[in-house]
Amino acid sequence: MSASTFGSGIRRREDPRLITGTAKYTDDIVLPGMLHATMLRSPYSHARINGIDTSAAEAAPGVVAVFTHADTEGEIAPAPCAWLLPNSGLSIADYHCIAKDTVRYVGDIVAVVVAETSAEAHDALDLIDVDYDPLDAVVTPKGAAAEGAPQLHAEIEGNQAFHWTVTGGGDIDEAFSNAEVVVKETIVQQRLIPNAMEPRAALASYQSATGELTLWNTTQNPHIVRFLCSLVNGVPEDRLRVIAPEVGGGFGSKIAVYPADFITVFCSKKLGVPVKWAETRSENYQATTHGRDHVQEIELAATKDGRITGLRATVWAGMGAYLSTAAPGIPTILHGLMLSGVYDIPAIHEDVYGLYTNTTPVEAYRGAGRPEATFMVERLVDLLAAELGMDPADVRRKNFIPKFDDGHDVVTGLTYDSGDYDGALAKLLGEAGYDALRSEQAAAREQGRYIGLGLSTYVEICGLGPSQVAGAIGFQGGLWESAILRFHPSGKVNVMIGASPHGQGEETTFAQIVAGELGVSPDDVKVIHGDTENTPMGWGTYGSRTTAVGGAALALAARKIRDKAKIIAAHLLEAAVEDMEYEDGKFFVKGSPDSSKTIQDIALMANVAWNMPEGVEAGLEATSFYDPPNFVFPYGAHLAVVEVDAESGNVDLKRYIAVDDCGPQINPVIVEGQVHGGIVQGIGQAMWEEGVYDEDGQLLTGTMLDYALPRADRLPDIEVHSTVTPSPHHPLGVKGIGEAGTIASTAAVYNAVIDALKPLGVGSVNMPLTPERVWRSIQEAQGRN
Amino acid sequence: MYAPEFDYYRAGSVAEAAELLARHSDSKVLAGGHSLIPILKVRLAAPSALIDIGRIDSLRGISAGSGTIRIGALTTHAELAASADLSANATALSEAAGMIGDPAVRNRGTIGGNVAHADPASDLPAVLTCLGAEFVIEGGSGERRVAASGFFEGLMSTALGEHEILTAIELPAGGAGSGSAYAKFAHPASRYAVIGAAAHLTQSDGECAAASVALGGLVPAPVRAAAVEEALVGRPLTGESIAAASLEAADCLADDEVLGDVYASAEYRKAVAHVWVRTALSAAAARCG
Repeated sequence: MSASTFGSGIRRREDPRLITGTAKYTDDIVLPGMLHATMLRSPYSHARINGIDTSAAEAAPGVVAVFTHADTEGEIAPAPCAWLLPNSGLSIADYHCIAKDTVRYVGDIVAVVVAETSAEAHDALDLIDVDYDPLDAVVTPKGAAAEGAPQLHAEIEGNQAFHWTVTGGGDIDEAFSNAEVVVKETIVQQRLIPNAMEPRAALASYQSATGELTLWNTTQNPHIVRFLCSLVNGVPEDRLRVIAPEVGGGFGSKIAVYPADFITVFCSKKLGVPVKWAETRSENYQATTHGRDHVQEIELAATKDGRITGLRATVWAGMGAYLSTAAPGIPTILHGLMLSGVYDIPAIHEDVYGLYTNTTPVEAYRGAGRPEATFMVERLVDLLAAELGMDPADVRRKNFIPKFDDGHDVVTGLTYDSGDYDGALAKLLGEAGYDALRSEQAAAREQGRYIGLGLSTYVEICGLGPSQVAGAIGFQGGLWESAILRFHPSGKVNVMIGASPHGQGEETTFAQIVAGELGVSPDDVKVIHGDTENTPMGWGTYGSRTTAVGGAALALAARKIRDKAKIIAAHLLEAAVEDMEYEDGKFFVKGSPDSSKTIQDIALMANVAWNMPEGVEAGLEATSFYDPPNFVFPYGAHLAVVEVDAESGNVDLKRYIAVDDCGPQINPVIVEGQVHGGIVQGIGQAMWEEGVYDEDGQLLTGTMLDYALPRADRLPDIEVHSTVTPSPHHPLGVKGIGEAGTIASTAAVYNAVIDALKPLGVGSVNMPLTPERVWRSIQEAQGRN
Repeated sequence: MYAPEFDYYRAGSVAEAAELLARHSDSKVLAGGHSLIPILKVRLAAPSALIDIGRIDSLRGISAGSGTIRIGALTTHAELAASADLSANATALSEAAGMIGDPAVRNRGTIGGNVAHADPASDLPAVLTCLGAEFVIEGGSGERRVAASGFFEGLMSTALGEHEILTAIELPAGGAGSGSAYAKFAHPASRYAVIGAAAHLTQSDGECAAASVALGGLVPAPVRAAAVEEALVGRPLTGESIAAASLEAADCLADDEVLGDVYASAEYRKAVAHVWVRTALSAAAARCG
């Protein structure tokens, strides 16, 4: 096997076009006769629309059309919510693509302008006169649940979108009434604003003569866009082609199909010409989905010697003004089912209330529900350690699920695939020099310096997932993936996949999978994705599923190719199929490796078909649809080391050490990159990021001048280590790694800061841990304020 | 967002720029554009015309004369940060310039544009106030000079007249036994100063002979911390004396003047300003050669 195959850190083949600026994104595409759309968005978070006068805008230079809700009635259905959470009293409010008579968040679309140039379309927005009657707003989930809160949707009482419950194991009340120790806390998982490098855009081109429509779209899942767009815009799925060209990141914010996408399609259909819409960064902050936004009341029951006996929580999840495409599943299925974490917890109960608020809709954001779960569990474990005066590592060890390699049931109903949580922690503590760090911490405290160590031992659920489960949990789609593997006569390979990578590197790793299975060079494999016209159906790239599910589909397609090639090789070598052996791209008769046929020889013969075995079809191509039997459960142990300046409240992140286990690594350099990026995004939540609304629902952090993203100069070198525990049910043993870092790191940093502040008497601080928040917590603990 | 429509004029000389300014009543001077363009894009300003002075070469560059350093208004932050003359004689200025924004901002943004814009969260106004800069201004009626203490009048407001152009800034070169430094609490998103502290110290016979300390970021216009200065002069520059003097920092901050925002409240800024004053003083003291 050549060096540059499965398991080697070859360079990403995506990068040359990305770093030389030659990649083509949706907004780079220009079609003849193309018009430009801009969306007029509500400046009010909640208001009745008494009237809209578009006459001045219609008369403005270059303006071709202005449409309001009345123009779209019957032609654009409401934007669908596609995760119909069962047994939760789910109440879905109509999400009109253009607001009908009420706007419910700053950014809700009120009208669309179509003009010859983008600048003309933008200028005309100012000329639309909307008569608003402002209404009271509510922006926090607990506020929305309160009695007397402003009501967003007349038909939905108490703003409640759903009430979902998970109960597992023994009687939870009994666990708490019998508990020797109970620790509790209220946690605010603040709202985060995803910041993909590329804002969102759509370009729709309708051919009235054929009824065909092509939509270029910034999406993580073009096949879902096609499905939903056909339903909402009434373009038959067979006439609808959706292309995700280069997509500059998503982090979950490009899963949803948005009103602006449907409106752009409508405009092209209506006007019979191509129409492009590309959001500005300010629009991106207002109208592209946000993440998190939980208030969590959590408690843990335990014995005096540190054994966990129960976990109970109530969560208020802000959903925004409407339910985005996948939103209901995020704070529930992807969150509540993971509350056992890496521990054996005999009784778990959680209530989750999803609330409508006058804010931008909330959706998946890297980790999507699991960071919020990990944080709860890891926080509680640290609180227990502090309460009992135990080292946080010891409390974890005491409660870990013992090592298992083929399935472990937790009380929330999941079966974890494989794990060695104690092994990951042991490796972490060794690599970090944990005992020495504790001594250093003690010595620093003597000098009035506040160093903190924060652990986060996590497991997460990804590789979504078995389609039967998808159906059972209300996900309105399948969760299998697909691959077509096609050999050309010259031995070169095209791989067509249904998933839609947008920065994760699968053009490289999938070539490595083919190389590993069939012995070709990864340079001879081109991976094609993102175009519904030339890729098989697939459900998209999110939930760390592309390699875990799509990679399995590809491996199985490669194995089908290998089986067929073996038959052809046997025929050419005049041997029996059962006598054939395969090694590193060569087929030979057992015992005679010198006389062999390469996979390239077979590809040529299969394509010219001059001499094929009887009954074997020409061509060397295989298609596989892989529906996983279970999810995969990557895990690991992270440690953050911080120093807090008690005088100013400033937190300095000094070290970050990670041990992650995603099974066998197809490309360790790409894994490391994903771990780095993921960790930094989680640190962003702990330290800097917060989407802030004022009480009137105005977004106060609406630009990059206000919303603090992580920057390299505030971060230490991240020390990345791994262990390798294959998934027992995956053809390659691999697990996802795209979100693991984010799922782990917020809790690690938070725990470290609280650990540092312990001698000062501080118990908790809301995130992000800004200097002022930390400073205030110290002032309060010291009784100075 | 997109900037509103405006006319654009490129001036070939200071005189032409002044003439264009006078002709277009609702116009703005464009230099590096790194303060002006963002406010146009969010439509906080909508001038009818921009007068681009960016190609008037005579406004560019740093020259060290006898006891004075002259900095052309179009000198970029990157040039300030890289200047050996400044590093040796006005360390606080090159240090502060190197902390502005990011390399792209420093390569385009200019000292003149920065101070004429007079953003309270900007770094250079406090530094120039601390170092006793003089601002050279040209307009219809010839050249005039304004001291830093009179130049910054308030929130985004300066002594520049409507038709005047800032052409240069002059600084006294740091004398023997003196050193200066700038310490900054940067906003994690914008990198503007939440708190900026500039210090200039002169040491003689083991004692502090002169002290100048100015604060930015937390007040509408840079302010001298007189109580800190008084606490230092005549005393040896030790860790203890610096720490004690720094605690006087809040004395120059009127409660109703301190700025606050979503990220850092006025109360907090006032309470912790001394930490950055101490940092700047300690670094300046270490540089007193």
